[in-house]
Amino acid sequence: MSAGFTAVEMMAVAAARLLPDGAVCFVGIGLPGTAANLARITHAPALVLIYESGPIGAKPGVLPLSIGDGELSLTADTVVPTPEIFRYWLQGGRIDIGFLGAAQIDRFANINTTVIGDYRRPKVRLPGAGGAPEIAAMAGRTLITLRHTRRAFVERLDFVTTVGFLDGGDARRRLGLPGAGPTHVVTDLCILEPDPDTKELVVTSIHPGVSRERICEATGWPVRFAPAPAITTPPTAEELEALRDLERRTARAHGDNGGGNA
Amino acid sequence: MAEITGLAEAVSGLVRDGMSLALEGFTHLIPHAAGHEIIRQGRRDLTVVRMTPDLVYDQLIGMGCVRRLVFSWGGNPGVGSLHRFRDAVENGWPHPLELEERSHADLANAYVAGASGLPFAVLRGYRGSDLPKYGDHIRFLRCPFTGEELAAVRSIRPDVAIIHAQKADRRGNVLLWGIVGAQKEAVLAARHSIVTVEEIVDDLGAWPNACLLPHWVVTAVCPVPGGAHPSYAQGYYRRDNRFYRAWDAISRDRERFRAWMEEHVLGTEDFAGYLRSAGLALPPESDR
Repeated sequence: MSAGFTAVEMMAVAAARLLPDGAVCFVGIGLPGTAANLARITHAPALVLIYESGPIGAKPGVLPLSIGDGELSLTADTVVPTPEIFRYWLQGGRIDIGFLGAAQIDRFANINTTVIGDYRRPKVRLPGAGGAPEIAAMAGRTLITLRHTRRAFVERLDFVTTVGFLDGGDARRRLGLPGAGPTHVVTDLCILEPDPDTKELVVTSIHPGVSRERICEATGWPVRFAPAPAITTPPTAEELEALRDLERRTARAHGDNGGGNA
Repeated sequence: MAEITGLAEAVSGLVRDGMSLALEGFTHLIPHAAGHEIIRQGRRDLTVVRMTPDLVYDQLIGMGCVRRLVFSWGGNPGVGSLHRFRDAVENGWPHPLELEERSHADLANAYVAGASGLPFAVLRGYRGSDLPKYGDHIRFLRCPFTGEELAAVRSIRPDVAIIHAQKADRRGNVLLWGIVGAQKEAVLAARHSIVTVEEIVDDLGAWPNACLLPHWVVTAVCPVPGGAHPSYAQGYYRRDNRFYRAWDAISRDRERFRAWMEEHVLGTEDFAGYLRSAGLALPPESDR
């Protein structure tokens, strides 16, 4: 890319900036792990990372391929049994931020990670819920990060695995979920935030070099923009160096020769 | 009372067609060798339970051992799909697969309830999700004290729990550490249990709060060095992430999958023979 960084790097950096130092973050599988660890090695050294497999306060030097690599338990403050993670730490109300990926998302930030098509005869069987439904219900608030494509940002989910704002307005509050729900959706094109009243996702910050048309094309519903959306601050040299260094170390540890396809 | 025995004997003695099994392990200490032995012995119509079914469940499903899967996340972490699992759900190959689908919080709680001798677990979960619409294992009830609506989920009580651990002593006391997932709960929830271990030692040297399964809750202990590969055993060898990636290509195609399993699993006597046949080595912990 001519700007000196890729769209995926911009996504990771933009998501990492949303994690405040000292917060307790429950890290979901996939892209959230990159952003959460980037935050920890840049502006948020006191960020506490909790993984569903059991590590609390993990400080991995390389990104885990799975959600339970040895690197996580070796660098954690403590490792607890998985039932304890969900019972005492998540349901007990000790998580500030739940950080999730998604296969499909709708305009009210509900997530599908179960099936494409009919549940009984799916066109594509996805991995399933994992920890997401209760993370999104119980964490103080939720961040979501995923690539921005028309296949992912859909008008209607085939299956609601994990609740964001259901059908908008005060539907989430009426459901009685303890956490406030998603506050940001970070993609490789932009950042979306829920409208305070309708809870519909609105584009509030556009990544440098991205046009509004591209965001519209990549969104399966007529996406709304804030009156004056910001332009996301490009990655700083320090952020980029930290991210690339982390990914280089990770690729080496996982046996890549630089490429990396996970 | 734990009997220290060979894995083939333990599986043939305890695992029957039609049983429910939980081969637990959350990324770490996954009992791959035991899964292979079940495939070698040709068990059928199994109900298999696991929070994170990965390669070994993909293999059991693809080899036609499984009728029903109870699970909460079925993928090849960081790599992509489990192709045999998907083929069974999407196309019914080699035969249709019944699903009992849950969330991690549900299944973790359901093991705890099983270990506690309770018929169900209570959690604050599932509100608004489509998951309770499929299957009758998730219900809602009102808290008798506060009136809050909570999810009630049927507990898990497998016939046999199978786990891998680092060590056992000569009486069959089992010690595991690192990421211990829901293994202790799975063993205590099950009627019988098989534990494969890296080694048998004279003295476990366990600290008072260690995750230790007393010999009298374990049915069989089987020494199988490397028995978690391509998963890992902390203190012994690392996760073989290369193999997790290689599995994507091996498992994508039905014929290649069958041929690979026949050559390396059905065509070998035991796990050591399998590792040799497939040209696999345990990645040393120091090598990074």
